[in-house]
Amino acid sequence: MAAAVGMGQQWVLVEMVQAFYEAPAYHLILEGILILWIIRLIFSKTYKLQERSDLTPKEKEELIEEWQPEPLVPPVSKDHPALNYNIVSGPPTHKIVVNGKECINFASFNFLGLLDNEKVKSAAQASLKKYGVGTCGPRGFYGTFDVHLELEDRLAKFMRTEEAIIYSYGFATIASAIPAYSKRGDIVFVDEAACFAIQKGLQASRSNIKLFKHNDMTDLERLLKEQETEDQKNPRKARVTRRFIVVEGLYMNTGDICPLPELIKLKYKYKVRIFLEESLSFGVLGEHGRGITEHFGINIDDIDLISANMENSLASIGGFCCGRSFIIDHQRLSGQGYCFSASLPPLLAAAAIEALNIMEDNPDIFQTLRAKCKRIHRALQGISGLRVVGESFSPALHLRLEDSYGSRENDEKLLKRIVDYCVNRGIALTQARYLEKEEKCLPSPSIRVVVTVEQTEQELDKAASLIKEAAESVLN
Amino acid sequence: MANPSAVCNGHLHHHHHQKQNNVLKSGVCKKNGITKGVKKNGVTNGTLYKKTFIEHFEQAPMYVAVLTFVGFGVGTIFGYLRDFMRAWGLEKRNVAQEREQQKDFVPLYQDFENFYTRNLYMRIRDNWNRPICSVPGPQFDLMERVTDDYNWTFRFTGRTIKNVINMGSYNYLGFAETDPNALKTVTKELQRYGTGICSTRQEMGTLDKHVELENLVAKFLGVEDAMVFGMGFATNSMNIPALVGKGCLILSDELNHTSLVLGARLSGATIRIFKHNNMQSLEKLLRDAIIYGQPRSRRAWRKIIILVEGIYSMEGSIVQLPEIVSLKKKYKAYLYLDEAHSIGAVGATGRGVVEYFGMNPDDVDVLMGTFTKSFGAAGGYIAGKKGLVDFLRTHSHSAVYATSMCPPVAEQIIRAMKCLMGLDGTTQGLQRVRQLGKNTRYFRRRLHEMGFIIYGNDDSPVVPLLLYMPGKIGAFARRMLEKNIGVVVVGFPATPITESRARFCVSAAHTREMLDTVLNALDELGDFLQLKYSRYSKSSHPELYEENRFEFED
Repeated sequence: MAAAVGMGQQWVLVEMVQAFYEAPAYHLILEGILILWIIRLIFSKTYKLQERSDLTPKEKEELIEEWQPEPLVPPVSKDHPALNYNIVSGPPTHKIVVNGKECINFASFNFLGLLDNEKVKSAAQASLKKYGVGTCGPRGFYGTFDVHLELEDRLAKFMRTEEAIIYSYGFATIASAIPAYSKRGDIVFVDEAACFAIQKGLQASRSNIKLFKHNDMTDLERLLKEQETEDQKNPRKARVTRRFIVVEGLYMNTGDICPLPELIKLKYKYKVRIFLEESLSFGVLGEHGRGITEHFGINIDDIDLISANMENSLASIGGFCCGRSFIIDHQRLSGQGYCFSASLPPLLAAAAIEALNIMEDNPDIFQTLRAKCKRIHRALQGISGLRVVGESFSPALHLRLEDSYGSRENDEKLLKRIVDYCVNRGIALTQARYLEKEEKCLPSPSIRVVVTVEQTEQELDKAASLIKEAAESVLN
Repeated sequence: MANPSAVCNGHLHHHHHQKQNNVLKSGVCKKNGITKGVKKNGVTNGTLYKKTFIEHFEQAPMYVAVLTFVGFGVGTIFGYLRDFMRAWGLEKRNVAQEREQQKDFVPLYQDFENFYTRNLYMRIRDNWNRPICSVPGPQFDLMERVTDDYNWTFRFTGRTIKNVINMGSYNYLGFAETDPNALKTVTKELQRYGTGICSTRQEMGTLDKHVELENLVAKFLGVEDAMVFGMGFATNSMNIPALVGKGCLILSDELNHTSLVLGARLSGATIRIFKHNNMQSLEKLLRDAIIYGQPRSRRAWRKIIILVEGIYSMEGSIVQLPEIVSLKKKYKAYLYLDEAHSIGAVGATGRGVVEYFGMNPDDVDVLMGTFTKSFGAAGGYIAGKKGLVDFLRTHSHSAVYATSMCPPVAEQIIRAMKCLMGLDGTTQGLQRVRQLGKNTRYFRRRLHEMGFIIYGNDDSPVVPLLLYMPGKIGAFARRMLEKNIGVVVVGFPATPITESRARFCVSAAHTREMLDTVLNALDELGDFLQLKYSRYSKSSHPELYEENRFEFED
């Protein structure tokens, strides 16, 4: 059997060789190509070649050699409008020396004139004597001083809230407070005129941001309704999505007041928490200077969180948040600017405490401030080419051009000429500064006029008439 | 963690780099190494380091890690038990509650979010936020407080605990002081300027005092120009976004401070993290970034910036600056160096890590630092080339939107800096720097000898002492306070979960007696709490502790 099989195989082999000799050339070529192709199929890889073309070390070195980064910073031209700062010699008080010229100060947010107050200074001096300057540590690590606790206590009492927390930098206050509560996936409804600190806080929170038109409650309600429909589609997600409205009491960028009573209605209707930034309205609005809640006679507990800096009315440094302990206490472990930054120098806290004392002892001061605001607000009306923006009781108002002169750059230049005209004649003003590329909704260029209680009626009138004169000479 | 860097030094050690680092004196052959668990693994490096660079990260024995996890486990089980009891009304709920009117709002906090705070942190909360009522000098007075409800609330007794030795404040050079003579100019400027500014730098808040300070800072650091800001934290978080943006890459050390992390996030740039002080990890990221470009779009990166700190405040390690500089030069990246803890604290004349390594300030593109620590003031600076500072003057978020620095605080910095520079006509500043160096090495050496595991560089005044177990955090800090010593203890989440630690900040103002008191207390407590985990007795590296070897030649 085995031999027979062997015989058979041998015969097949012979036959094959015979067939090979007899086959036509084209057939052999075809077969050969087919065989080669099969070999190629077997040995070729299944993926596309170019995807795996690893760079050789030499190519890598070449790529590294080739790469040219942009310069760290682009060059800044010598006459960049923001490069050459006004230099103030001496303290920026009511009388101020700007670039060597003595002026009446209409530029610093020293609303209550406490910057130059002797009582405040001596409180700070006493603190300096006892504590030195720096705190050399964050609040957690021996950076909590008795003055900090006292200031927090005093602020909470002044605002009539359960608790207050202080930060060592005004800007960092709201910018740290927002991300302490609002996280990724949460929704924040924010006024498009909101100041830069709020914008940065929102960016840090990585929440879902919904901008509504400035002070437009119908637009806000439209967004809230939209969200409500969205929530009905996905109730499980809605149950864990926190939502907040972030507004300012008086808007830094426009001098407008926010319609708080309407906001409170919306808050309860749509179950949204309200965060209120009061840097401009704290120590200004209300009978006792408690801000916009007092101005409207609103229960302060209806606002979930109020933040303000101590750098305007209180003429110190830093900021604070106040509200119910349930909310505020959370920042003591979650407010980044609170936990990870050195605490406020005690002498600045002492100055703020003394400033609060003065506010409590002289409630008339707020009435005086409002009267002065109204006076200059009225006097500035009807200047041809300039429009007054802001409430009549706002201590910081904006003068904008009625019509643009072509480009933002041109407008800025014209406003600068008006400012220079006034500074040269003894009234210190500034243009409101913004980072044009960074702002979400860039405000129109403006001159900011700041009213303080130290300005006399004559000075207010002089400033108004000087601005009028300047506008006439520059714009016509 | 840091072991491979020794290998990396070897890698960098070829001709190309030697040329680039010609600013460094060559021929001084010293060891560079990092020990972690291994006694010595120094690699000889011919040019990068002028003197010995030794950092310790000794690993604890295995049983310590196991017991640490057991400790957390027990704490967690009891936490669940107590949460259960609170839910059923068996235990009083001390935590503040949501307002009645807002109970139907979406909860502000998820219940599990605060589990750790409520059940573990609360047990030892008395060791943080201890209020003080004096200058944070070498000794301070604490307000005594007690709790009636297991740390949920504190009550002040009205008594003060006097003369507690301060091992917690960042008062490296002892400029947190109340000597009226030292504070004479500060008092004068406070009287003249008051406390407020009420405006931003770009509007009406640039005072002559700021100009004076900025010129002095630039001179002190040996750079073209500098700009100062009112808050150290914000110096990082409000300036990094001005420097980088979309299409840029940030390479950030994994242990960078929150302010750097926040600044990086706010910039919108892509962030990649390299292992702590690990040059191999950094180089790999740099190479990959340049070779492969941006993910998805495949465009080349616009620029690459490396973010590092001088001294890391939780590890006590010093950045390996010479290697980083040679890497950044090789790969054309930029370097942002945060000297918050190192400025004033290291370097022969207190100029920070740049001086410590004998390098040129021009090697670092962005020099950042704070005035909170060594200068006993507040605020921060950014210094470098004039072009950089001019750009920041026009584009820094802080310059446009934040109130500028308070003038008496600026004066405190000026007087401390003048003292350091010898401009006050004395050598007091230099003496402080030297005293700090001596105190640091003495304190670290003694702790080593006692057998504690301490982290970081021998020259770093930040001295972390490893406690590991969560139960020991509270016990350690309380017992130290009983002995009139104020210490800082840190646990998760500020450190890895197994590496709870105490942190000492040595100051030039500490006397030898104070340090000895602390060391004796530690010796005793170390035995009592069994904290002496180190397996290497002092004899294994005696050569490191010859005091005179570390004296600077200047």
